[in-house]
Amino acid sequence: MQAYRRIEMTVGAFVIVGLLAISWLAIKVGQVGGLGESGYSLIANFDDAGGVRKGSDVMMAGVVIGRIDSVKLTNNDHATMMLRINQDVKITEDAFASVRTKGIIGDRYIRITQGMEDENLEAGGEIEETESAINIEDLISKYIFSGKE
Amino acid sequence: MSELTMKQSGLATFLGRLGRSTLRGCEQLGDATMLGLHALSLIFSKPWQGKHFIIQLYALGVGSLAIIVITGAFTGMVLALQGYYTLAKFGSESLLGAGVGMSIIRELGPVLGAFMIIGRAGSSITAEIGIMRVTEQTDALEMMAVNPKRRILLPRIVAVILAVPLLVAIFDVVGIGTGYIVGVELLGVNPGAYMAELVAKISMHDIYGGWVKSVVFGFLIGMICTYMGYRAVPTTEGVAQATTQAVVISSVCVLIIDYILTSFFL
Repeated sequence: MQAYRRIEMTVGAFVIVGLLAISWLAIKVGQVGGLGESGYSLIANFDDAGGVRKGSDVMMAGVVIGRIDSVKLTNNDHATMMLRINQDVKITEDAFASVRTKGIIGDRYIRITQGMEDENLEAGGEIEETESAINIEDLISKYIFSGKE
Repeated sequence: MSELTMKQSGLATFLGRLGRSTLRGCEQLGDATMLGLHALSLIFSKPWQGKHFIIQLYALGVGSLAIIVITGAFTGMVLALQGYYTLAKFGSESLLGAGVGMSIIRELGPVLGAFMIIGRAGSSITAEIGIMRVTEQTDALEMMAVNPKRRILLPRIVAVILAVPLLVAIFDVVGIGTGYIVGVELLGVNPGAYMAELVAKISMHDIYGGWVKSVVFGFLIGMICTYMGYRAVPTTEGVAQATTQAVVISSVCVLIIDYILTSFFL
């Protein structure tokens, strides 16, 4: 009986270690219940989302302050994004959102620059000042073909 | 004329042999499925086999822990080493964490973990049950009105189904950890970049994929290894052959099912 008790305890410890490993994977690596759950959401309209996807970062001053909840096409001509911003970050009403790239070939992210107003955006508010993705190919083609007319 | 009949009979023998082995394969597949599912269905009725389940979980799960930790550790280390030299050519060493984590969580953890468990636990299940058949212990159980499927097969199948996901999760964590040690401490990758890229690139979907695979592999290993032992030819060679076959068939099945799961569902 004593031996069986020891087996039971070892098995219990084994199961706990296994469950800890599973939950570490889920919570730490998989980000269940992480940034996506807390915080408040804002809306922003862009003429060109430039490849920003669900889960892309939202940054202010180079610090991640949230994630993109969804990107969808509105009225068949522009992109509407739901931004999930961390609870403790306040964004002014005249803040400016732009689509940027990390490095030269890196991921796209949304950069938010604070404005001058004292009022902050409420949950569900809209960031009205936006700047679309800079498309290098567009710039080059403008430069090359502009002199040909 | 006689040559023609010779040829025909050769073809006929070939067809006959092929047909016979196909039918026997189907029969075995059906038999294995029926036996395994019947044993599993006994979980819903009393008497519970809690004690035997715990003992099996100890023998199969805890017993495989050491081999899983060692395999996981060296897999993570070698992945970090190989990945580093490949990524360094493109100057993107910071992606090392994502590479190591992705390969371990999605593929190597479940598959290598399953292989180790087949070698360590699956073979012992088959051999043990096979020898119980040879020494007529199962018949003795039946004489005492104890259902051998309930007493012998059920605890082992359930223990393997439960142990494989736990062991695979431990494999994943150990692999990522040793990959971190090699990548960051030995090769000088930025420690923040390793974990940040790992967390950023791996979604919950990838982790679910690994779990689904490990549960399915556990089910497969449990079914195949118990079946092979239970239906082994009750001789010394029969048990030896059954053990070999159990290891070979479960390994091949794991690889095939792994491809199917990856391509269709995950």
